[in-house]
Amino acid sequence: MVASTVAPPVATRPRRPRSRSWLRLVVLLAIVAVVLYPLFWMIGTSVKSQEEIVNNIGLLPRNFTPGNYLDGWTNFDVSFARFFLNSAMVSLLTVVGNAVSCLLAAYAFARLKFRLRGVWFAVMIGTLLLPGHVLIVPQYILFRTLGLVGGEWPYLPLLIPQFLATEAFFVFLMVQFMRGIPRELDEAARIDGANAFGIFRHVILPLSRPALVTTAIFSFIWTWNDFFRQLVFLSNLSDYTVPVALTLFIDSTSQSAVGPMFAMAVLSLLPVFLFFVAFQRMLVEGINTSGLKG
Amino acid sequence: MALTTAPDPTRRGSGSVRPDAKRRGTGRIRHGEGLAGYVFLSPWLIGLMGITAIPMLLSLYLSFTNYDILTPLSEVEWVGLANYERMFTSDPSWWHSVRVTLSFALIAVPLKLAAALGVALLLNRAWRGVGLFRGLFYLPSLLGGSVALAIVWVNMFNRDGAFNSFLALFGIEGKPWVNDPDWALETLMVLAIWQFGAPMVIFLAGLKQVPTELYEAASVDGAGRFRQFVNVTLPMLSPVIFFNLVLETINGFQGFTAAFVLSNGTGGPVDSTLMYTLNLYITGFTDLEMGYASAMAWVFLLAIALITVVFFSTGRFWVHYSDGEDS
Repeated sequence: MVASTVAPPVATRPRRPRSRSWLRLVVLLAIVAVVLYPLFWMIGTSVKSQEEIVNNIGLLPRNFTPGNYLDGWTNFDVSFARFFLNSAMVSLLTVVGNAVSCLLAAYAFARLKFRLRGVWFAVMIGTLLLPGHVLIVPQYILFRTLGLVGGEWPYLPLLIPQFLATEAFFVFLMVQFMRGIPRELDEAARIDGANAFGIFRHVILPLSRPALVTTAIFSFIWTWNDFFRQLVFLSNLSDYTVPVALTLFIDSTSQSAVGPMFAMAVLSLLPVFLFFVAFQRMLVEGINTSGLKG
Repeated sequence: MALTTAPDPTRRGSGSVRPDAKRRGTGRIRHGEGLAGYVFLSPWLIGLMGITAIPMLLSLYLSFTNYDILTPLSEVEWVGLANYERMFTSDPSWWHSVRVTLSFALIAVPLKLAAALGVALLLNRAWRGVGLFRGLFYLPSLLGGSVALAIVWVNMFNRDGAFNSFLALFGIEGKPWVNDPDWALETLMVLAIWQFGAPMVIFLAGLKQVPTELYEAASVDGAGRFRQFVNVTLPMLSPVIFFNLVLETINGFQGFTAAFVLSNGTGGPVDSTLMYTLNLYITGFTDLEMGYASAMAWVFLLAIALITVVFFSTGRFWVHYSDGEDS
């Protein structure tokens, strides 16, 4: 399908009249304004006093109130430092798990020949469309039976699946990528005496770096933003990740918490935003080459 | 899942593989490579069994029981089709969640794709700055699924929110949209549409694949821009439209986070944001009716499989593959 839509050099079209391209630019700028407004509004609100949140409809505060950040940070019995650490740990370990396990599976699918390979590949493609919500109840029961829910280290139910290549999207992405690595390299290594493991180690692994980076970025951002699984599996306040902790603000509906809540919302989006700034091109190309999610 | 039965050309005879099969015929399985294949595949295989297949079967079994998390698995009571019967005949909130989910998907997905295509067309002329615009439009797709943005959204459409400030400029008096059962779901639709960037990027890539000669030929034939769009762009883009449509529809059915945040996990006001997955969560993890929730999950799975099949079988009537035999 869109698997191969890496853009070729753009064909030059005959130039349009100037007035038209000005009109286009104005329309685009208007759309940018609408699209970015919620983000600016969020940042503006995060530094407004409670009184201004209700009364000042402008983007900028009259009285800059950075105290919201301090109030938000310590709003609950456990500080947000802990929630950020928890989120970072879950996200980074997920990155490692996805990168390793999906790479191994992708190598098998892309390069090795073994019985039932076609069947397993079809099964893997099938799991691409499998909604996570469908499996949450039985997975919860299984992990709970194993004593892993709310246990000593409650993140295992979140992490174990990631170390078992269950994110089929990344397997597929890497298979697609590896198919582009010239087979002559495998042959050359084989002539030099390398077996399947040697080829993986010396040919595929080093050349798969771009696919690994794409996988790492997407799996970090998705895990950082993920809410559903973390909501289900984490039950102690001190184990909470940032998204789960943010929902506590909604529980405590008191109007005074709006500023601090926005401050923490801004901070929670910061890592994703930084990834966006650093890897913008790669992210956009990433969803092109793989054509999925976003 | 149900979609895995597609025949695969690389499939090998599975039934009676004789010991010497490796060396027979084309002899493509090198010595030891078959074993290596399974070694590399083993994490995935374990995951497939333990994280996907066994839980699926367990959930199928539980859907015929009245299991709640409190009784041990060994003492669950088999209730036959009672859960399914209850769902279809005597659970108005289930039907309600189906309606909410369908109307969300039927309205938000086409509008999101229309926005994505429209902006992609605007951007599809090569000039400096395209990359910047593309990136800015894509940003909401990265942020929009988070709890943080859902919180922002709910406040934006609340009584003192930015949307009402905007309306006030025109002398229109707004209301707390998120607390109004007639409007709460609509605010979530706007949030979905706001994230048009991801399908837009895919549309842009598709647009660049349309050969310029086709436009030139159409132009020589006297086709105006609108005719070119209908007769060249749309058919050439149909595989990408199809792809986006399938993907966004399936994603649309699974909206959870924003509905949870808006309603504080209840699906309110008056069940107006009771998306299917939220209803499933409440049934399984708030009411602890895990047997019933499993039945709901299976119906959801079958519905998504059915919709995918419908998409793919109707697709051949309108999706145009330029390298296919029917070109």
